[in-house]
Amino acid sequence: MTDAAASRNEALRLVATLTIAGLFSGISIVLAYRTTLPRIQANQRAALERAVFEVLPGTVRLERLAWDGAKLAAGEAGKGALQESIFAGYGADDALLGFAVPGAGAGFADTIKLIYGLDPSGERVLGMKVLESRETPGLGDKIYKDAKFVAEFRALVVDPVIELIKGHGERDNQVDAITGATISSRAVVKILNQTNTVWRPRIAALAAQPPEAGDASRPVPATSTILPPDVERGGPVPGGLTGDKP
Amino acid sequence: MSSASGRFLPEMAKGILRENPTFVQVLGMCPALAVTNSVLNGIVMGAATTFVLVMSSLMISALRKLIPSQVRISTYVVVIATFVTVADFTLQAMLPAAHHEMAAFISLIVVNCVILGRAEAFASRNPVLLSIADALGMGLGFSLAMVLIGGIREVLGSGSFFGIPVFGPGFEPWVVMVLPPGGFLVLGVLLLALAKFAELRSRAEEQRSRAAGEEPR
Repeated sequence: MTDAAASRNEALRLVATLTIAGLFSGISIVLAYRTTLPRIQANQRAALERAVFEVLPGTVRLERLAWDGAKLAAGEAGKGALQESIFAGYGADDALLGFAVPGAGAGFADTIKLIYGLDPSGERVLGMKVLESRETPGLGDKIYKDAKFVAEFRALVVDPVIELIKGHGERDNQVDAITGATISSRAVVKILNQTNTVWRPRIAALAAQPPEAGDASRPVPATSTILPPDVERGGPVPGGLTGDKP
Repeated sequence: MSSASGRFLPEMAKGILRENPTFVQVLGMCPALAVTNSVLNGIVMGAATTFVLVMSSLMISALRKLIPSQVRISTYVVVIATFVTVADFTLQAMLPAAHHEMAAFISLIVVNCVILGRAEAFASRNPVLLSIADALGMGLGFSLAMVLIGGIREVLGSGSFFGIPVFGPGFEPWVVMVLPPGGFLVLGVLLLALAKFAELRSRAEEQRSRAAGEEPR
């Protein structure tokens, strides 16, 4: 065997080793991924549902409402991006309790993802839960660990905007900032306000929709009325379906 | 084979104390500092690292005669990364809360030099059984260190142990302990204490051998 042939064989051996290692690696990872995927998805769904139940106290049934660009319609759970759908929560007597709205925005460190409950009229926050954040442990993480701060988001008026106050806010639309975590507190309030500007018109438009339109796409006939009486009373809003493009 | 199984326990024991990867070899400092702010995180990190250590040592030791030396490091890294990914998925499926808390650091086990170090220094030159013993010992030693640091930091920084409050409601948590500087502080103090302990022990040994009329070591 010549030198050239020997070195070529040697090179082939190196390539073959790495190829086999890569092949083994690929197969193992695919197997592990396929095995764990259902469990991981179930975990994520369960975590999301727990969060929704938490921000809409009393909820026994959820319905996912997806924004299709023009209106809100009952969407299939798990379809589409999370940020483009909200959840309608129904109580024991099938009355609409409110909507759980996911929101996200920049925090002090990395994106904060949260979900909050709006009452059916879209005018009051019922509860807020942080889903994902990398805020500083001991300081910024108080946005979900500090019970007092979390409690500020129960029965919080969103109109005209939610305000962050240092000290003690007197009015219903004010939230007390956490000492030492002003940026994180401000981020949460900002996410809520930004998400509200997107979703409140959409929710209002949903309220203005004739109930039949909602019925057609709804899988559960038992809950034929998606509209709470107090919103329905206002009647259809002219242009409500088209005048709310984000 | 009989000699190999006789060496199993000693090979395993050395990693736990005498050659502890964290306190003696001072390897794998990134996870030792980053995720040890609670006992649970320490246990999960230790278990995941031990799993990767044992599986990759087994694989590398079994294939040690087939892997050409020029590409051995890249092959080791591929093998290690594979098991890290498997551990990552498994953790995500079994313990979503713990995974959520230290997501990035699980993937970073790939670059934990304890693992590549054992592959290169031990598994690539020793039979399978001994390599597993070595990996198990190193993994246990690493886990021990993680839990120790995690325990101290959780007690001081959160006032709890394994999530159970240990102090009364009047306790003001020492927040810096759960932050990265707390990791450096605790690790530094532990290393200092261990160095002092080793010094005292070697001095005692010296005196003993002198008393026995031997040359001092």
